[in-house]
Amino acid sequence: MEAARDDGEASARGPAALTAELTDARLVAQCRSGDEQAWRSLVERFSRYVYAICIQAFRLAESDAEDVFQEVFARVYERLETLRDDEAVRPWIGQLTRRLCIDRLRAGSRETVEDADDLSEIPADDVLSQLEEAFDIHDALAALPENCREILDRFFARDESYRTIGEALELPAGTIASRISRCLDKLRDAFEGRNAAPGPSSEQVT
Amino acid sequence: MSAYDMERLSRLIGMLPPAPAAWVGAAQELPQARRELDGIVARAEADAEFRRALIADLESALRAEGVEPTWPLLDELRRRVS
Repeated sequence: MEAARDDGEASARGPAALTAELTDARLVAQCRSGDEQAWRSLVERFSRYVYAICIQAFRLAESDAEDVFQEVFARVYERLETLRDDEAVRPWIGQLTRRLCIDRLRAGSRETVEDADDLSEIPADDVLSQLEEAFDIHDALAALPENCREILDRFFARDESYRTIGEALELPAGTIASRISRCLDKLRDAFEGRNAAPGPSSEQVT
Repeated sequence: MSAYDMERLSRLIGMLPPAPAAWVGAAQELPQARRELDGIVARAEADAEFRRALIADLESALRAEGVEPTWPLLDELRRRVS
């Protein structure tokens, strides 16, 4: 229970795409029972979240971010048994990641400046809260039909060009912009519907 | 009117790019890597020469066993064989 007490994050698919049908609690329970596929899914589900906290919120150097990333998942693997509320795995991973990022920055500060408490790199809360919101959007994205999920993720998260997307998905380049627009509409409806009532659409967008 | 216009949605999607595939793969292989680690430690306990070679170059030893030598695994191996 150590971590939980102390504290109180690929494929072309989104963070939750492989496990959209599983709640966090169910996924954690499966991991705890020794299901290695569930563990792979849990890593897939939270990998972008952990990465974004390291890179975007704390602006760690790539090598530091990689160490923190691996340390986060090593600790999650070791301490999953100690998590008191399985539904709270996301805040737990988020807090663990933030703490390890701060430790990493402090270690770097000790090497370069006298006052290790002067950590101007620690992000403002609004960056972290935007990442939480981004995770929720990706969760909603994961529940969309695959054609929407793919095109939105490739264009906005992977920064792929229309041409690359067209070749990968075998779509005429001239149809991609309108498809993105329709898929954004579906995403907004799904996200707002999800927050109002469960049951996102599964209709295909053509 | 929705608070989630296209610009906001696209910005939020873009805030979570994929982590490097190798990082994700190494984390996903943790259960298997832990088993490999147990095997390496057991061998080191039974074979003094292997243990010496292991301590001399932990990273190569892990690679030789097909395990990606991430920092947490190296740290754990170091603790267990020293």
